[in-house]
Amino acid sequence: MATAELTNPAEALEAFRKEAAGWLKDNFPTSLVGKENVLATVEGGSDPDPEAVAWKKAMGEKGWGTPTWPTEYGGGGLSYPEARVLQEEMGKIGAWNPIGGMGVMMLGPTLLEFASEEQKKRHIPPICRGEIRWCQGYSEPGAGSDLASLQTKCEDKGDHWLVNGQKTWTSGGQWADWCFALVRTDTTKKHEGISFLLLDMKSPGVEVKPIRMISGTSPFCETFFTDVKVPKENLVGELGNGWTIGKRLLQHERTNLSGGGSLSRGQGPSLSDMAKHYVGTDAEGRIADADLRMRIVRHEMEAKAFQATARRVMLESKSGNISLGSSILKNVGARITQERAELTLEIMGMNGLGWSGEGFSQAELGATRGWLWGKAVSIYGGTTEIQNNVIAKRILGMLDHQ
Amino acid sequence: MAVLNEEQTMLRDMARDWAREKSPVTAFRKVRDTGEAIGFDPAAFAAQAEMGWTGVIIPEAYGGSDFGYLSLGLVLEETGRTLTASPLGTSSLAATSALLLAGSEAQKEAWLPKIASGDAIAALAVDEGPRHDPAKIAAKAEKSGDGWTLSGTKAFVAEGDSAHLFIVAAQTGSGIGLFLVPADAKGVSRAARNMVDARSHAEVRFDKVALDADALIGAEDSADLLDQVLDRARAGAAAEMLGLAVQAFEDTLEYLKTREQFGEILSRFQALQHRMSNQFTQIELMRSVVEGALEAIDAGRDDIAEKVSLAKATACDTLHLVSREMIQLHGGIGMTDEHHAGFYIKRARILENAWGNAAFHRERYARLAGY
Repeated sequence: MATAELTNPAEALEAFRKEAAGWLKDNFPTSLVGKENVLATVEGGSDPDPEAVAWKKAMGEKGWGTPTWPTEYGGGGLSYPEARVLQEEMGKIGAWNPIGGMGVMMLGPTLLEFASEEQKKRHIPPICRGEIRWCQGYSEPGAGSDLASLQTKCEDKGDHWLVNGQKTWTSGGQWADWCFALVRTDTTKKHEGISFLLLDMKSPGVEVKPIRMISGTSPFCETFFTDVKVPKENLVGELGNGWTIGKRLLQHERTNLSGGGSLSRGQGPSLSDMAKHYVGTDAEGRIADADLRMRIVRHEMEAKAFQATARRVMLESKSGNISLGSSILKNVGARITQERAELTLEIMGMNGLGWSGEGFSQAELGATRGWLWGKAVSIYGGTTEIQNNVIAKRILGMLDHQ
Repeated sequence: MAVLNEEQTMLRDMARDWAREKSPVTAFRKVRDTGEAIGFDPAAFAAQAEMGWTGVIIPEAYGGSDFGYLSLGLVLEETGRTLTASPLGTSSLAATSALLLAGSEAQKEAWLPKIASGDAIAALAVDEGPRHDPAKIAAKAEKSGDGWTLSGTKAFVAEGDSAHLFIVAAQTGSGIGLFLVPADAKGVSRAARNMVDARSHAEVRFDKVALDADALIGAEDSADLLDQVLDRARAGAAAEMLGLAVQAFEDTLEYLKTREQFGEILSRFQALQHRMSNQFTQIELMRSVVEGALEAIDAGRDDIAEKVSLAKATACDTLHLVSREMIQLHGGIGMTDEHHAGFYIKRARILENAWGNAAFHRERYARLAGY
């Protein structure tokens, strides 16, 4: 709870820091350090570890899994400085946030902006407590980059909506409880014919089929809606305003995905160390493959330039200026991630092309799967080509001319 | 843009306004057409000195303002945008850094005030061939009495035709030393070279030049000092390259938005849009590392060498791309001397070579990282 009674903001923040540190000490068991399963909310089933369940319950009740959301809907009601302090104190003891997923990252902030009071009261508290898993019903086989051409129909049947159609790339659809979907309520208008609907995945007529990816995993599904009845009150915002709401939600998604660029910050051994191991060195200690060596240097330089840009963008945003550099982060981050994966494979030779089983280390198999999965990074959340369109259009103004 | 303090913002804005109003590209064209060996307009340089730019990294005790390397980098970027011909970067950043890093009190007092006021131009004389290689220095300084006798030839010395002072790298017998050599000393001669950027890159000969003991800056074995001086020169070059890249890109963008063919403004064609988005992306990355190198120098970090090589290599690749795209995307008109696109690509290649090209710095970066 924000302590607004003290007049000195610095003192108030310090008092909060003590409060947070104390509560965390009481509620986060040290045995949970390092046990955060980042993918649990998308790929796994529920976490059976009782300590993790208790930790999630505690954070949920405190609202600190969604620290800056309003308390009236179950959030922590903290200010941004307090939320940062909380993050710092958690970091100090290795505590991780057990509340996550699409509800937190995308839907919650969108509902807070566009939903009715009843919808907020109904759907936000379970998000804050991590009790409900959400999936995104956006893309369709015929509507990828051109999302607005979506066709899943939502007909007004008087006392309910009737939904028919198919969604694809539904992340975690096989474990989701609810779905937020863009549906077509008017076939005569493209963008203005789209509405934003909340669906219970347990409704009759909803069928989910996992999609097997080239990396061997199935984090995405096809979702089929056949005569699915949806209560009238599940429409968010105005009829036909779904494109606006849906776009706003995508902004939240992009903010979180470009943070994935930080994943490219050298996890595990460096490329040069790997190259020395697999390829060897010459008499002067240089990687023996001169061509590879130069491509490693180019890559490492670009990775550093990317990190420097991410840092600069953050500092610029903090000082109140709009940072143009932020528009390049997804494309560059994707390029670096993919380039690193390809160089790793090249370095490992055939050992980097094992699918499973004998003859390959965990690191090698991981590199292979990671290389395949990484191809998605330049496609999801707005393809590299779409990002280039956005840069050209919005930043460079190339479609506006006097 | 890095988050700037008040002084830096003021300096940058002043430089931007001056470059735009008093030193547009047409001013460079006039210098080029006049064809003087010094390759700049003394009146323009005097104006820069009057605004205090020649003393930006020099301490106040010697007549400077001590705003630091990033500040001077901002000025070099803004004046670089319009291809302003000036010895500012060479004299007030590169050569000055040698005095700041290792100059004795007497040496600083002898030269810094004059450099700060614009009355003296200093030039770094290191390279002896067409490709930057500080490991290949043949110029020799032999001990004679208390002093030295300097002999050798330096190639492509930037601002060599106008310099009052040369800072010369020479073999001392113990290693590489840096020597202060007044341009009017007996035995110093210079020959102009006509280069594509119409600027001064002179061949300077030192024929048994007699130097006092106090001509030596720092120690007789100063390879490390030379490296540090070169890194500051590189960062300055990278700052000017950032200005060139930004302006070349903006001019190209403007052209695409005005040129019509096939019933369409060129900027509506997606293939061209994506090429511009790509250049925009690369320039943003370049800005981050160039500013990062200048900030590292100001902060005295211990990874200046890595940051500078990163900045110079990135600047070379990016400016190389943007300068080529400028010509290509302007079509035939970019090929005319009447247009300024040619000026950008010519100055770009000179700066790419200065103090080590991209390949040189990639090699250095790898060595510094241990592979």
